[in-house]
Amino acid sequence: MSPHATRRVFTSKGQTDGCSPPLSLIPMAQSIRRDSPELPDFSLLKRLARDQLIYLLEQLPGRKDLFIDADLMSPLDRIANVSTLKQHEVDKLYKVEYKPIVSTSDQLCFLIRPRLQSVKWICDVVNADKAAGKFRRYKLIFTPQKFYACENVLEEQGIFGDVTTDEWGFHLLPLDDDIISLELPEFFRDYFLDGNQRWVRTAGCVLHLLHSLYGPFSKVYGIGRCSKMAYESWREQVEEGEQKGRDGEIGSVFLFDRDVDYVTPMCSQVVYEGLVDDIFRIKCGCVEFGPEVTSSDKSLKVMLNSQDKVFNQIRNEHFSNVFGFLSQKAKNLQTAYDKRCGMDIKQIKTFVSEELKGLKQEHRLLSLHIGASESMMKKKTKQEFQELLKTEHSLLEGFDIRECITFIEEHINRQCSMIESLRLLCLLSLTENGLLSKDYKSMKAQYLQSYGVDHLPTFANLKQLGILVEQPTGETLTAMENKVGKLVNDRAAGKLTDAFSSLAKKSHFRALSRRLNLVPKSDEEYDLRVPKDMAYIFSGAYVPLSCKLIEQVLERDGWTGLEEVTRLLNGQEFAASGCSEADGKARSDTQRTILVMFLGGCTFSEISALRFLGKEKGYKFIIVTTAITNSARLIEALLDNRA
Amino acid sequence: MAFITANWNPLGEAFYRKVELYEMSWVLRDGLRDSLVAAAPYGGPIAVMKESQCLSPSVRPQLDIYTASGVTMATFPWKSGPVVQLGWSVSEELLCVQQDGTVLIYDLTGAFLRHFSMGQEVVQSHVSEAKIFHSPYGTGVAIVTGSSRFTLATNIDDLKLRRLPEVPGLQGAPSCWAVLNQDRQTKVLLANGPELYLLDNTCCTSVVLPGGSPLDGVFVHIAVSFSYKYLALFTDTGHLWTGLANLQDKLSEVDTKIRSPPKQMVWCRRPQTQQPSVVVLWERLLLVVAVGGDTVQYPLDEACVCVGELDGVRLLSPSRHELLQEVPLVCEDIFKIASMGPGALLLEAHKEYQKSSQKADEYLREIKEQGMLGDAVRQCVEAAGHEQHTHTQKALLRAASFGKCFLTNLSPEAFVSVCRDLRVLNAVRDPSIGIPLTHTQYPVCVCVCRLVYRRLYPLAIEVCRYLKTPEYQGVSRILRHWACSKVQQKGESDEVMVRCISGRLADSPGISYSHIASKAYDSGRTELAIKLLDYEARSGEQVPLLLKMRRSQLALSKAIESGDTDLVYTVVSYVKNEMNRGDFFMTLRNQPVALSLYRQFCKLQEQETLKDLYNQDDDHQELANYYVSASYREKRLEARLSVLQSAVDEYNKAKNEFSSKATEEEMRLLRFQRKLDDEKGAGLLGLSLQATMEALLASGLQKQADHLYRDFRVSDKRYWWLKLKSLAEKEEWEELEKFSKSKKSPVGYLPFVEVCMKKSNKYEAKKYVTKVTPEQRVRAHLTIEDVEGAADAAIERRSEAEIGTVISHCSSSSSSSQRLLLDKLQRALTTANRK
Repeated sequence: MSPHATRRVFTSKGQTDGCSPPLSLIPMAQSIRRDSPELPDFSLLKRLARDQLIYLLEQLPGRKDLFIDADLMSPLDRIANVSTLKQHEVDKLYKVEYKPIVSTSDQLCFLIRPRLQSVKWICDVVNADKAAGKFRRYKLIFTPQKFYACENVLEEQGIFGDVTTDEWGFHLLPLDDDIISLELPEFFRDYFLDGNQRWVRTAGCVLHLLHSLYGPFSKVYGIGRCSKMAYESWREQVEEGEQKGRDGEIGSVFLFDRDVDYVTPMCSQVVYEGLVDDIFRIKCGCVEFGPEVTSSDKSLKVMLNSQDKVFNQIRNEHFSNVFGFLSQKAKNLQTAYDKRCGMDIKQIKTFVSEELKGLKQEHRLLSLHIGASESMMKKKTKQEFQELLKTEHSLLEGFDIRECITFIEEHINRQCSMIESLRLLCLLSLTENGLLSKDYKSMKAQYLQSYGVDHLPTFANLKQLGILVEQPTGETLTAMENKVGKLVNDRAAGKLTDAFSSLAKKSHFRALSRRLNLVPKSDEEYDLRVPKDMAYIFSGAYVPLSCKLIEQVLERDGWTGLEEVTRLLNGQEFAASGCSEADGKARSDTQRTILVMFLGGCTFSEISALRFLGKEKGYKFIIVTTAITNSARLIEALLDNRA
Repeated sequence: MAFITANWNPLGEAFYRKVELYEMSWVLRDGLRDSLVAAAPYGGPIAVMKESQCLSPSVRPQLDIYTASGVTMATFPWKSGPVVQLGWSVSEELLCVQQDGTVLIYDLTGAFLRHFSMGQEVVQSHVSEAKIFHSPYGTGVAIVTGSSRFTLATNIDDLKLRRLPEVPGLQGAPSCWAVLNQDRQTKVLLANGPELYLLDNTCCTSVVLPGGSPLDGVFVHIAVSFSYKYLALFTDTGHLWTGLANLQDKLSEVDTKIRSPPKQMVWCRRPQTQQPSVVVLWERLLLVVAVGGDTVQYPLDEACVCVGELDGVRLLSPSRHELLQEVPLVCEDIFKIASMGPGALLLEAHKEYQKSSQKADEYLREIKEQGMLGDAVRQCVEAAGHEQHTHTQKALLRAASFGKCFLTNLSPEAFVSVCRDLRVLNAVRDPSIGIPLTHTQYPVCVCVCRLVYRRLYPLAIEVCRYLKTPEYQGVSRILRHWACSKVQQKGESDEVMVRCISGRLADSPGISYSHIASKAYDSGRTELAIKLLDYEARSGEQVPLLLKMRRSQLALSKAIESGDTDLVYTVVSYVKNEMNRGDFFMTLRNQPVALSLYRQFCKLQEQETLKDLYNQDDDHQELANYYVSASYREKRLEARLSVLQSAVDEYNKAKNEFSSKATEEEMRLLRFQRKLDDEKGAGLLGLSLQATMEALLASGLQKQADHLYRDFRVSDKRYWWLKLKSLAEKEEWEELEKFSKSKKSPVGYLPFVEVCMKKSNKYEAKKYVTKVTPEQRVRAHLTIEDVEGAADAAIERRSEAEIGTVISHCSSSSSSSQRLLLDKLQRALTTANRK
């Protein structure tokens, strides 16, 4: 890829209609660049979680076997390693595999998410033991909280009295200095698709926890119904508890529902970290590089965070710059190594004792990232990927839609990839405000032929969320509006499930894009080496809607002036001043520390964009997310085929 | 002041005093004789019941409850069986142990609270003696039955009966016994004639008293100190043995020379005691026996009852209520005749000062010379706390405040707190309230609680306000109690009651309306409870009570308002068992949040219910989707087909033609796959249409693939793609060429080039390059790595972008021909640009 990503030259036909002028772009190269403030120390969260876990383990004295939910393995690893667990009399560790267990210990401890499936499995285990006349002690630790439904299952299966249950309030895992994850990927599907609000309170708890540790917050902004509910839940908890006035470490808070912006996570990521996530899948801040990267026959698990000096420098870079950077780095490294020629013995001694280790370390990391880049390069520089990006950009720009449809059709026909095809369809629907009825039917038919009829429920899910829909014909539209209108008049409308509200959701991506200037003018070349706005994370083709909204709201200190935008986004925005009285010393360092909470997940690209924004405006963003997501994860969560 | 020591009696090295607390305002017909009397410690209430034996069985005995000053709090005729023992729990509830082992519990106002039994076997054998005791676990009851078995309950609020093992050789009742509390275990010490036994949960051990010569005679009385630390035993020879309750050490042995068995025996000690003693009570005599051996005798003219306290013994007689205690050291120091203690001097100095006498200065000088002024003030303050009479308290406090003026760095804390404490203590000691607490016994919160038990709400609130107790712990709690007792009153309408309660509680923090409401519900006022619940701010508290009251609809909407899904789920699972299915579903239909929650639960737990749920709603679309996913769980094809057929029907009902058609096609495909699997063993079942065709082509079943292509109206493009891919895969180049010529390709010819190149067959690929449309020709050339061809094509097209692409491709090598080409391209680029 050339550093000057060639973008197509467009005639100005898309941008001339006499709509109101775009919101003024804030001049990017600002006169004063403030330094970003320091980040609060989030390792405290880890310590808290670890101490609580140890306390819980000690509640079951004596040696015990520990069963851990598969998706808790990695988060747990970040909190307490095996030796810590062994110190607290954990004998053997097992992964929950929903199979009969082989354990000789007479004490079993289960560390699980509050899922019915896991609880049922434990019931089976206990009942099997009972049948075999084995006597053991069982302890269930639910994290981050237990649900009544789980206890209900225990009761139904008749083992409520045989087990003890506990809660491990492990809400937050700091993945990096500025990323904190709830590690709850199911949040997205539970809330947005199934309309299950059980995690909303958890989100409230998280805010409460952060508030009590790092608060008070000066202002809270948010958009989306879930955000609002989480905010209310948090306020309730604040009012119930005691208040203590002190200096906060966090200024404003921004809550963001994932369903406000589905476009951004549906785009291919081209920033290094995002790309690594798309291709190798970063799990809990850790990635496993296969043999093709390590150029040996072994896979290697690597932690990707700011501790990795090489990674830290390239994570936010557009992929096209990475290679150049890495080769420069390699050269520097070589010179550093070369220094030792012509050294006397004393100098070599200091060199070996002081520098060599660092250099070796850097060397190792460098070769790893070069390997990864090469491997990605192989995959991504192919013609198909270029075409794919081109199609995505056209979709974002709303240009040559017919061609794009043909491309997607071909993609489906050739069975390139089940997820990828669906992703393109979704992007098409999201940007075009639904597919024409004819197109929708033919695409769906094609898709089912390619990947099986069992995807019918998947399509139903996507339709329910408003991600992949048919453009309504005149008649159905009024019918739907009637229905929605009736619901809105209903007193309980405020508490309706989002499943219903999404029926009314119309994507107004085009209008939003014009209003907020999301697609930069394309007649000039975009220098990806010196990015001028957040669009660089998508090769200069698109400023992510989510990040743009955050920028605008922070700039305006609220939603005033954005009425039209929020109307297009179905409202549900709010702004509230927090409980701190420290408004007087606005613009101090803490006021520029901003916590952004994504309900339903966020992508690495969005994080990169916010980091960029922070650097430009002197903010420091802390990203709290229910989970790190990307297009594939998002779509996989909505699949409902036979799996 | 000299008369302060008038009621002092020297006992060993210390002094004992008997202070009058109250003149009793009660009127007892026969005094305290032949009555069951129980007085609670810490100046608690007194219960009196006439012994039933002296009355004819037809006459019901009267049970009276008085305050410590003899004011009647409740009086009612006893309607149950014969009572063996009365006693008070720590929360001032009256326990009445009946002969048949039933324990009835009443509150201070004489209202019946609840009852429990001490075991079935007691009904037969009867309780011969019972004791009510206090331990760190609460209030306990111990009984011994007619068949000489002991049963214990250590905490009446968490009732666990323990039957103690049998005592060897014990016939009938033991001569005396007591409950001990040692090492967190409750034990019984009993004497059978001259032998002592210690009974615990598991065994009965015979014990001997430590300390040399065994006592001769039979034990007739045992007394354990207030803290369970000391033990006293009285023998029929008149000997009193004292020692530690763990039976490890002996303190002393005193011969009282009185042989008749005492009526009562109580330890009299105080914290930092100088001279502990045992108070022994006979009909006409009270004997205080110090551990050292000294005694004091008080002759009595009325029958008395002793009540052991933390710091003394209260004496209850029909006319008076007195406190017998060791004089605290500070008081002794100040008031002892001819005392030269700093406190005494300060008191004297202040007295002279009030008389405007210059002697005040002399006294002060004397204290100051010794450098004891600070001590003097402290002594006066402390002594004030120990005095019962207000004028003595005042004199001491004034003296302290006088002395304070001459000191610069004395912390006023003790002075202030004693003043505050005394104000509260004097208020509750007032005869109309009648709680004679001493300063040693006084902790604030308990004091307020006890006012609340007596329903003295205004005083309790005043005390809290005076002590500046945080609202949350003080006033609010009192108001809650008030409201709880208020709702139990009959006679007022719901509206008036709600208005009254909400008016009074309105702005107090931390009031739990649900608690009050549950009390209202318990006393049978459901409507009132519901009205009160409306005031409850936390929905989490409303829901359980609403469920209890069977207002499930209301509970459900409240739960949803709370936003707590656990609550919603609680209600849903409750309602599910409560209602019939139809009503249950209807309820859910009106509550989308609950419905979605229940749906998700059903998806994991009860698939069948889910189906019913959709059925009820006539949600054909969802039902059909449900069938589609259900079909994949069916192993047998026939079953799967029939489930899919149901899906088709439902899709039709939902007017979703597209889906119904797709499902029908799937059924057709499944049948087709089955047929082929049976014939050829192709293993196709369950594959998608595309995968099926791919598999057919791969295994050379061209005809069947063609059949599917026509039958399912597969698009030409897809079919061409499939075919050329499979041909290239099998490297059937001739077939491929033939295929390419069979018809104009719907996918263009670039794919041909690509599939050939995938197999690295440049030769075959070249054949198709010429057929590629001009737009794609550059790409085709590049695909076969023919840069020159690409360059020519690009130049011909005069397309800036394409020339750029070609340039980027050839920049990699640097041969001369390449350079030539590059020049050519650059030139073309400039011309294109110019245009």
